[in-house]
Amino acid sequence: MNFYPLAGKLIPIFWLAAIVLTAIGLYWGFFKTADAMDNGMKEYYRIIYVHVASAWMAMWLYAVMVAWAMIGLIFNTRLSFMMASATAITGTIMTIIALVTGAIWGKTSWGTWWDWDPKLTTFLILLFVYIGYIALQSAIDDTRRSDKASALLALVGLAIVPVIYYAVNCPDPNQCASLHQESSLKRVESNILIGMLVTTLGFWMYSFATILMRARNIILERERNTSWVSKLNEVN
Amino acid sequence: MKPRNKRVMFVVLALVMVGAASALISTAMKGNLNYLYAPEQVLAGEVPEGTVFRLGGLVKKDSLKRSETELEARFIVTDNRGNEITVVTHNILPDLFQEEKSQVSRGKMNDKGEFIAEEVLAKHDSEYMPAELKDVLAKEHTPAPVNVDGSEIKNMTKGQKI
Repeated sequence: MNFYPLAGKLIPIFWLAAIVLTAIGLYWGFFKTADAMDNGMKEYYRIIYVHVASAWMAMWLYAVMVAWAMIGLIFNTRLSFMMASATAITGTIMTIIALVTGAIWGKTSWGTWWDWDPKLTTFLILLFVYIGYIALQSAIDDTRRSDKASALLALVGLAIVPVIYYAVNCPDPNQCASLHQESSLKRVESNILIGMLVTTLGFWMYSFATILMRARNIILERERNTSWVSKLNEVN
Repeated sequence: MKPRNKRVMFVVLALVMVGAASALISTAMKGNLNYLYAPEQVLAGEVPEGTVFRLGGLVKKDSLKRSETELEARFIVTDNRGNEITVVTHNILPDLFQEEKSQVSRGKMNDKGEFIAEEVLAKHDSEYMPAELKDVLAKEHTPAPVNVDGSEIKNMTKGQKI
């Protein structure tokens, strides 16, 4: 198994990239952009850097998780199932960060922590699908069966991801009115966009780092009876 | 058929089904999910009497009046097409609440044709431009008709009918 040592070498690199990029992105966002927005928002709009980055990663990681699960279903490779379940936790964390920052932002700008608006509701469903995946995986003791069952659930849950996007973006806005703004970067100032994109890259690197760390732990747990694991320095 | 090809078939079929489900949910949301009503719909009697609903639209210019003695604010929600409803609220208005900007309020109509709002929320668009730029650009300010939720109508030539 070559993945285990390779991941071990990559993890510090991803951690470094995550810290540097997130720091640059947030520094840029907090100190190099305007204090107030044309749409009436004051300094609190800066939560956008964390909110957008985590929301994007939450949806992207779901797609990544499903991709690993599908590869596992087709080729019966154990590692891809392990990667899928390692991805699920980081995805859940990103979803929670997006929901919490969104609530704080919503309270300050819209005037409410929560509203059953199409975008917010579908995003909450994404959290439940993530949690359902993790719950199903840990509910079945036989890993081969739990991998397959949860992979199927992940696949079915994929249906919600495009809905999150289309809940606010449709050709005729009269057909999908919501409280949440539409998702569009067309009219975001380039300076703000830089902060958002660099922070997102940082979050992405963080995801790589934590997913690989978790995958290594899952490998150790599942392969604990093999000879190569018992020869590892960190096990002895 | 080889077992692996069978599994590929299964996954592809599942993906197609998931895609179809996704499209169906999106379409269903457009038609049935009446998140909010526009003033025009309310005045046309589309909302059953006595029900709690959300009213969307723009806050009319110079229409916001605050009570001197109690926590009460009145303003007019309009679509800039002549459909107007007076909103009365006893809550603190949100930070982004402004005249000529969109709002979404939740409540119900009273006998006098006023909308008694339990909650007033401010809505904004996806435009993030620094405030300083605004003065330089000096946007023209002729009220244009708006969408059902009070957002600006895009891709529309001037004077075009909705």
